[in-house]
Formats: sequence, C-alpha cells, structure tokens
Amino acid sequence: MSDLHTWTGLLLGWVLYAMFLTGTVSFFKEELSQWMRPELPRVTQALDPAVVAERVADEIGRIAPNATQWSIKLPEGRSNSVYAFWRLPIAQDPRGFGEGHFDAVTGRQVEARGTLGGDFFYRFHFQFYYMSPFWGRLLAGLAAMFMLIAIVAGVITHKKIFTDFFTFRWSKGQRSWLDAHNALSVFGLPFHVMITYTGLVTLMALYVPWGERAAIKTPAERQQLMAELSAFIQPGKPAAEAAPLGSIETMVRQAQVRWGTPDVGRVNAANPGNAAARIAVTRGDAGRVSMSPDYLEFDGVTGKLLTVHDHVGAAAETRGVLYALHIGRFSDLETRWLYFIVSFMGTAMVGTGLVMWTVKRRQKLPDPERPYFGFRLVERLNIASIAGLSIAMTAFLWANRLLPTAMAERAFWEIHVFFIVWGLTLLHALLRPARAAWVEQLWTAAALLALIPVLNAMTTLRPLWHSFAVGDWVFVGTDLMCWTLALLHAVLAIRTARHGARVRPPRGSATRHALPTMSSEAAT
Amino acid sequence: MITRAHRAQTIGPLIARIAAAAAGGYGIAALLSVAVLALPISKAQAVLTGQLASFAVCAAVVIWVFAARSALRAWIGLAVVAAVLAPLAWFAS
Repeated sequence: MSDLHTWTGLLLGWVLYAMFLTGTVSFFKEELSQWMRPELPRVTQALDPAVVAERVADEIGRIAPNATQWSIKLPEGRSNSVYAFWRLPIAQDPRGFGEGHFDAVTGRQVEARGTLGGDFFYRFHFQFYYMSPFWGRLLAGLAAMFMLIAIVAGVITHKKIFTDFFTFRWSKGQRSWLDAHNALSVFGLPFHVMITYTGLVTLMALYVPWGERAAIKTPAERQQLMAELSAFIQPGKPAAEAAPLGSIETMVRQAQVRWGTPDVGRVNAANPGNAAARIAVTRGDAGRVSMSPDYLEFDGVTGKLLTVHDHVGAAAETRGVLYALHIGRFSDLETRWLYFIVSFMGTAMVGTGLVMWTVKRRQKLPDPERPYFGFRLVERLNIASIAGLSIAMTAFLWANRLLPTAMAERAFWEIHVFFIVWGLTLLHALLRPARAAWVEQLWTAAALLALIPVLNAMTTLRPLWHSFAVGDWVFVGTDLMCWTLALLHAVLAIRTARHGARVRPPRGSATRHALPTMSSEAAT
Repeated sequence: MITRAHRAQTIGPLIARIAAAAAGGYGIAALLSVAVLALPISKAQAVLTGQLASFAVCAAVVIWVFAARSALRAWIGLAVVAAVLAPLAWFAS
C-alpha cells in the first residue's frame, strides 16, 4: 500500500502539482482578470443586474443579429466587465461562435489589451494547453484518479495519522519532510478528498459515458438528461416570422421578485429576434451551494413566464452540489480565502511528496555523486515543475504588462511566454547541479514576484499607493500577494542554500541527505 | 540464473496487479455505471448515479487489487464482481 501511494503520487505528480497550483489561483480568477486588464476602471457603484442584462442583450443584438443563442454572465461584484458568448449559424461564421467582454455601465464591448486573464490558469487547470481539450481533459481526469487513489492509499499507509499530526521535527531532514507532508495532508484531508472527487465529477460525462450511451437513445431522452444538468434551453425550431425581443429587464425583475434576491447568474436566449424566442433567467451562485439548473423560462417576445425550473432529481442535485463545491463560486470573501489557503496546502502536499521521493532515496544511493538516471530525472523534473512553475506563472503576469498592447495575437503570446519560460527553467534544471538549480530558481521566482508591484506602478496608472488611497482592493491584494509569495520563495531559497552548505556529515550517517528542509514548496 | 528467475517471480505478479488495477478499476466502474440502469429510477437519474459512483468504485477496486493476498486472488475477485455486474448491465441496456 505504501508503494501504491508512492507510485500513484509520483507518476503524474508533476501534472498534479501544476493542476493544484493553477486551480488554487483560479479561486481568484475574476480578480486576476481585473488585474490583467488594468485599463478597465473598477466598478465603484453597485450594478443592477436587470439593467445590465438589458444593455448587453441590446448590444449583442446589434453586433450579432443572426445569433441563434446567446448567454450573458452577469457580474456578481467580483468582475468589472460582463462576459457573453453567442452561437452563429455555421454558414455565416466557420467557428459558429462569438464572445466578448462588455462594459456594465455603457453596454459597449470593452477595449482592453488582449489577454485571457485568470481564465488561462483556470482552463489550464483541467485541460492544459497546446493539446485538444478532449485529450487534455482525459489527462486531467487520469491525474485526478491517481490523486484519489494516492490519498486513500496514503491514509491506509499512515496508521498513526492523528498522533503524527501533532508532531513536527523541524530541520531534521527526511523526518521534517515527512512531518510536513503529513501535516499538510491531514489538516486538509477532507478538502483534498472533496476537491479531487468533485473535480472528477465536473467532467464525469466525459470519463464514464457508457451508461449514457446505453440508456439515452432518443432526442427527447437526451433533452431530458440535459435539463437535469444545465439551464441552456435548447433552441426549438425557429418560427417563420421575425420578432424583436421583449424587455429583458422586466423578465429579470420578475425573477428577482420570485426568488426574493437580487442575485442573478445568467440570462440565456434561444432564437433571439424570432417569434419563437425563449429567455432563461438563472439564479446566481451566491446563497446556494449547487450548480443544478434553477431558472425561469420566458417567452422571449411577450415576456410571459412559461415554466419555473427549480428542482432536479436526487442524483442530478447531488451532482450539482458536488460541482458547486469544486468551483466554490458560492463563497463569500472569507470562504474564498479559506478555499485558497487549504488548496495552497494541497499544492504543498503534492510538492513535499514529490521532493520526499528524492530525499528518501538519496541516502540509499550507491554513489551520491553519480545518482542513477531515474533519480536524476525526478530531481530535475521536481525543480522545473515546482520552482520553475512559480517563475513561469509570474512571467505570464510580466508578459501581461510588457507585451505591446497592439501586438497581433497578444493573448496567445502571453501564454507562449509562460511556456517558453517554463521550458527554460527545465533546461536550467537539467544543466545546473541540483541544489544550485533549486536555489537559483527560487531566488528568480522571489525577485520576479517582488518586482511585480514595481512593474505595475511603472506600466499602469494604478500603482500601489494609488490603489490604497482609493480603496482598490483587487489591485492592493494582488500587489501584496506577490510580495507575500516573494517572501515565501526567498525563505525557501535561503533555507535550501544554508542547508546545503551546512550538511556534510560523514559517510553512512543517517542524516546525510543534502536536500533542504522546508515546510512547504509552493507558490504562484 | 537464480536472480533472473527471482526477478521474474516478483515482476510477473506486480505486472499482473498493475494490469488488474488499470483494467479492473476502470472496467468495473464502467460496468457498474451501466448496471445501475437496472435500478427502478428514471433513466436520467440512473445514468448520473452511475457516473457519480464510478470514481469511488474505481478507487476501491485499485486499492483492493493491491491489498489482495496475491495477484491471482485479485484477478479472481475482479472476475466474480464482473460476473455479477455483467448480466445486470446486459439486461439494463
């Protein structure tokens, strides 16, 4: 069982580490997106969802009059723009799809630098990049399954789990690594199990399609299943005559009155501009821990309420709750920070586990000067995927500030920079002695992070002192978070360097491994 | 020769277990996700129930395969479970 834990943890450990860290950051993806579009002013007054929906719907009607479907995600106080996407007839647009960010106040499409913002880390978290989403998601699922097995096997392996939780042997080499790994794992155990299982649930239709393939055969059955999962109404056959949409504002207000809350999630339209138009107003994520469809369906032309969809079957509701637990959109600010911190500990759990693989084996090396290939491979991959990822993610933020705003394909170049830098860290890890590579990369990450607020002050009109003065907490928070993470990396770098210089015990001694003693190993 | 024979003796069962874990873990989970269609609930709910449970089943099978006393026992166990689920899955689909 111990071997099962070791190998399921190691084999996809680097993938898991990257998934865990980018997922952790994604709990603040809206805030990160705001930071990455500094030219968009922050929203200072509370927005009325009904008015915003009407404005953006009108604008979509202007720029995509032939859309067969559209969906507007209303801002819930964490975003300074409104995201919407729409489907177009394939005959008119080969992609069959359009999207845009809109100004909540004017309704116009916003003009900001091309960037994916926080959505890049979010998408990378479950489908990676430079590969089709299909294969990316399969890889993510496989990694998550390995994680689930590693967690269960880890708990079985670790018999004295609660006693050891209160034990910490600082600066004792392998013991400290083990203690750190245990403490991080046990403290967040319910969270780690939850986040891994619910992660699998988010894409379960892709991973286990067999029941659906066996049971769902007619379009009616398919529609029945879809209705249990999502609030996207299937566009029926369009009528022969065109007809303008009724007042979206009135429909949203009607939903708000019925729910007794101003909180609205999405407004979706099917066949807008047609006599057969339908509008769905869905309930917001705040105040309910479920992603199950909960919406009102209106006749899009007359604005008459047609159907209330407010419950789904037991299994569908279970799925809805598990899904919501994973993405945590229901959370208020405090819960969101808790998610972030525990998830960060999960990242550190994977990181310490990876490092422990080498720490454990280093003592048993036949010749410590010339380790065998597998050992060197793991050692180098650890450096690039832990310290290197910190550098690459920070480089992504640097690219966001430094690439010229008029650059063609700019959003993609930010991402290319991320991967180029990550590749360079791997090259560096392969070429340098292991400990030197750790120290140099940790210092690089610390420096790049520490300079982000400086870079931000030089390249935008929103430096830290200004953000403080006007109470722009998203920008204040990002700057301070970069400094906190810079500090963490600096501490890790110092400990790594110091430990390496100090430890030169005689041959055969039990404490003879030379890797650093650090309690955690992670950062943005 | 002795060491080679010894290696074959340890590696063979290990590979047998890894194969049992991979094929059995996913196979039993997939089989269960179809067998639940036999439950007296609506098709949509049964499909979702099977999907939701499949990951727990997969993890449990893998753990069991490595906890079993021998690789042979692991395979026999998988065969027994599959023999129970297969007819259910067959009739339900």
